[in-house]
Amino acid sequence: MFGNTSLTHFLFGRLSWEAIPYHEPILVVTFAVVALGGLALLALITKYRLWGYLWHEWFTSVDHKKIGIMYIILAIIMLLRGFSDAVMMRIQQAIAFNGSEGYLPPHHYDQVFTAHGVIMIFFVAMPFVTGFMNYVVPLQIGARDVSFPFLNNFSFWMTTAGAIIIMMSLFVGEFARTGWLAYPPLSGAAYSPGVGVDYYIWGLQVAGVGTTLSGINLIATIVKMRAPGMTFMKMPVFTWTSLCTNILIVATFPILTATLALLSLDRYVGTNFFTNDLGGNPMMYINLIWIWGHPEVYILVLPAFGIFSEVVATFCGKRLFGYASMVYATCVIMILSYLVWLHHFFTMGSGASVNAFFGITTMIISIPTGAKMFNWLFTMYRGRIRYDVPMLWTVGFMVTFVIGGMTGVMLAIPPADFVLHNSLFLIAHFHNVIIGGVLFGLLAGVNYWFPKAFGYRLDPFWGKLSFWFWQIGFFVAFMPLYVLGLMGVTRRVSQFEDPSLQIWFIIAAVGAFLIALGILAFIVQLVVSFLRRDELRDTTGDPWDGRTLEWSTSSPPPDYNFAFTPVVHDHDSWYDMKSRGYERPLTGFRPIHMPKNTGTGIILAGISTVLAFALIWYIWWLAALSFIAIVAVSIGHTFNYHRDFFIPADTVVATEEARTKTLAERT
Amino acid sequence: MPKPFSLARISIVLPLMLATLSGCDMVVMAPSGDIAVQQRDLIVISTVLMLLIIVPVICLTLFFAWRYRQSNKAATYDPEWHHSTGLEVIIWSAPLAIIIALGAITWVSTHKLDPYRPLDRIDAARPVSGEVKPITVEVVALDWKWLFFYPDYGIATVNEMAAPVDVPINFKLTASSVMNSFYVPALAGMIYTMPGMETKLHAVINKAGDYEGFSSNYSGDGFSHMRFKFHGLDQAGFDQWVAQVKQNGTALNRDAYLKLEKPSVKEPVRYYASVDDGLYEAVLNMCVREGQMCMKDMMHIDMMGGAGVESQENRAKLQHDNRHADQASGEGGTAATFPDTGNPSHSEEPAEGVEEPATMNHDGHQM
Repeated sequence: MFGNTSLTHFLFGRLSWEAIPYHEPILVVTFAVVALGGLALLALITKYRLWGYLWHEWFTSVDHKKIGIMYIILAIIMLLRGFSDAVMMRIQQAIAFNGSEGYLPPHHYDQVFTAHGVIMIFFVAMPFVTGFMNYVVPLQIGARDVSFPFLNNFSFWMTTAGAIIIMMSLFVGEFARTGWLAYPPLSGAAYSPGVGVDYYIWGLQVAGVGTTLSGINLIATIVKMRAPGMTFMKMPVFTWTSLCTNILIVATFPILTATLALLSLDRYVGTNFFTNDLGGNPMMYINLIWIWGHPEVYILVLPAFGIFSEVVATFCGKRLFGYASMVYATCVIMILSYLVWLHHFFTMGSGASVNAFFGITTMIISIPTGAKMFNWLFTMYRGRIRYDVPMLWTVGFMVTFVIGGMTGVMLAIPPADFVLHNSLFLIAHFHNVIIGGVLFGLLAGVNYWFPKAFGYRLDPFWGKLSFWFWQIGFFVAFMPLYVLGLMGVTRRVSQFEDPSLQIWFIIAAVGAFLIALGILAFIVQLVVSFLRRDELRDTTGDPWDGRTLEWSTSSPPPDYNFAFTPVVHDHDSWYDMKSRGYERPLTGFRPIHMPKNTGTGIILAGISTVLAFALIWYIWWLAALSFIAIVAVSIGHTFNYHRDFFIPADTVVATEEARTKTLAERT
Repeated sequence: MPKPFSLARISIVLPLMLATLSGCDMVVMAPSGDIAVQQRDLIVISTVLMLLIIVPVICLTLFFAWRYRQSNKAATYDPEWHHSTGLEVIIWSAPLAIIIALGAITWVSTHKLDPYRPLDRIDAARPVSGEVKPITVEVVALDWKWLFFYPDYGIATVNEMAAPVDVPINFKLTASSVMNSFYVPALAGMIYTMPGMETKLHAVINKAGDYEGFSSNYSGDGFSHMRFKFHGLDQAGFDQWVAQVKQNGTALNRDAYLKLEKPSVKEPVRYYASVDDGLYEAVLNMCVREGQMCMKDMMHIDMMGGAGVESQENRAKLQHDNRHADQASGEGGTAATFPDTGNPSHSEEPAEGVEEPATMNHDGHQM
């Protein structure tokens, strides 16, 4: 009884050499590439002695700007992973015809589509959006940081920890084979006994802590830290959409956490919340997960709407048309997003009146969304439109998104949904709104705010190239899916019998290839811009003739953002200041009170990763130990009394004088 | 950049639109059952209604994008113009009007096409007459095949079903283990099938022919091949089909069902000439196995106020999800990786017939 077996069992839980997929060539090659790339990166960091720099200036930083940038870097890295999954699926579906099984067996294919969905939503779109909110919101409201700077750092590292846990499943064990929302009973212990669903649960739970805390943080920041004079109705639209998004986050992510907690109780201790047995009810899970899931869609798209609002006003050189109705539309969408979740499962057998109610509430959302669309349209009217890259993305969005909106309303009609639900038509629809809405917005945002963050503009040639590849690639990749949906093809199928479908899948694969070129052009754009940074340098801090406060400070902004807190009289505050002959204050600088960096966030997130790993593999001693460590480190952190410091007045004076000099050199 | 912008878009969208309209086996747009036809009509009506607003928006976007470009100094530039009450009223009320129309259509059509509602017409011209007796089909989604009971004829089939043309079909649907969705696009919209629960669907096929049916809700490894043929036959053809099933079929008793229920892929068509009494009811109530307590009995006990401590004894009789677990325990050598919960590190080996690379060699045999 006390032999080797039970000792290994005690030490390693269900972890064994079996868990390493060395017999799957695709994964071995991926692992080799990741490992070599990772080693090369580590070697470079060591060679250039960057560890100290990274640790002190970035990893432990509580500066909202650096945290925002790290969020976006995380999102871009994860985009590459999520997109590789997409390409694998497109290739599989393009070749698995006429009896060919393709190159991905169901065992593998099912993990790929699950990972694609989970990664794109939780670890690409979410950190991307959160990154922008972090970077831009404090600058737009004239604040020096967020309300709880340490919490912000901790939130970022928890999100990263979630991403690491999901990535680990690629090389140790396996990922869920359940689809991105892991519907039980399929995701229950009886039908998915492996570690896949446990990776899913703990990855999302750890990241969810970060998301919820960051939501609380940003709400507090927006409510409490606005510059004097900035009433709610004078806030920039991006800040408004961020406020609504974070309210949605704080109200919905706890539902996700609770739902996944119940699912893990089913899996770990044999409760029966969502099983078929003993009164369990899987339909309850489906309701709960979508009560989180539908607002989640608006969590992603509202900030994108905010970005478009900023971009369209700036590049049309004109005030946003209908500011008030834009704000009301955002709030209405925020509230309505809670009243529509059932439209994700009209086909589960609800009564006609229930289905009709949720169908109609869904359609009502298109009214404020339509109003927003018209507001952007009439901002362009009598504007003077400059077609820099952010504006191209915006026009591309306006044309693409309305098509997605239209197909969305079609899906909201329950009887029509009965024939379109779960089909590739649905897939085309939500990629139409998530790529055409969210992603286009985020890429517009990258091109728009990059000069603010780094002090030089992104190369416009590669930016335009990237835009056109994405735009055309999107239509080539997803229009065939609309057609296939109308041909009755359902989602998540990996092998086909009807040869007449193949041509459409091949076209879609070509589209994915074009999008790949778009991503490549984007990366080249980053590299080329870095190399040409002196030519593209922006010394003004206001390269686009901007309208909101972030453009009033230098690019990149100093650690303290604003030497003096600005006073706001109107929305489009910076435009208002410029038109009334604003003069930069040159004297009277005082020391500035700032939060101090701390390593607690990254340490806690590191231990959380270990805890999650231990729970996934049933290594109970390690789970207990790491849990105690989390509590201990958290308590220990409360005894840290060195949380703040003053930037001396001399430093502020030196920084501001340097800026005065560069501004003078320009003219 | 505005010009190539619009050109590129037109050159991409137009051929696709044309292809869409010309129809290439677009079964959803050209179905053969009256319910699916009405659902198709709704897609068309709603699309047309929405295009009333979508087309002007796209055109205006492209027009404004071109007209107010920076280089066009002839266009008016009014940087302070940002409000117009009249325009605001229009931009809120135009979508509102469309949604009121669509909402009314939705309310009516959702009730009329409620899958639980018995049919009142065979097609647009013919109401259901009293003489035509509807046919009942009981559907069970198994891992990963379809089982159809025909209680009126005492037969059952696997992965093939047939129905007479112009006769209403009453489907009752359930599942054995996980959720699936029953979908024959040519016939009618889909409906979920769930273990321990019954959903309903009412439909009719108006044209004879062979149609595709499948699961449209992902259910695991064998999902891609969870397909069946749906034959729409004239009355004589249907009678002949029933006779053929009776002639070539075997008996479907509880043992045969339990064997059939185990996960398998690409299951061939099977016919059963006779079916044990109450088998569908037992499947629905998760009590096919000997000694199981039926859900409805448990629910009856609950309804009567619930039992006392003695109900603990019923616990084992109500376990359904773990029914395949005991078969795995016979295989030794798994203890090293199995902790006390009994969950192995990897999901079960794919069922027989599911393609796996030859190199795969996992240990967790727990079906």
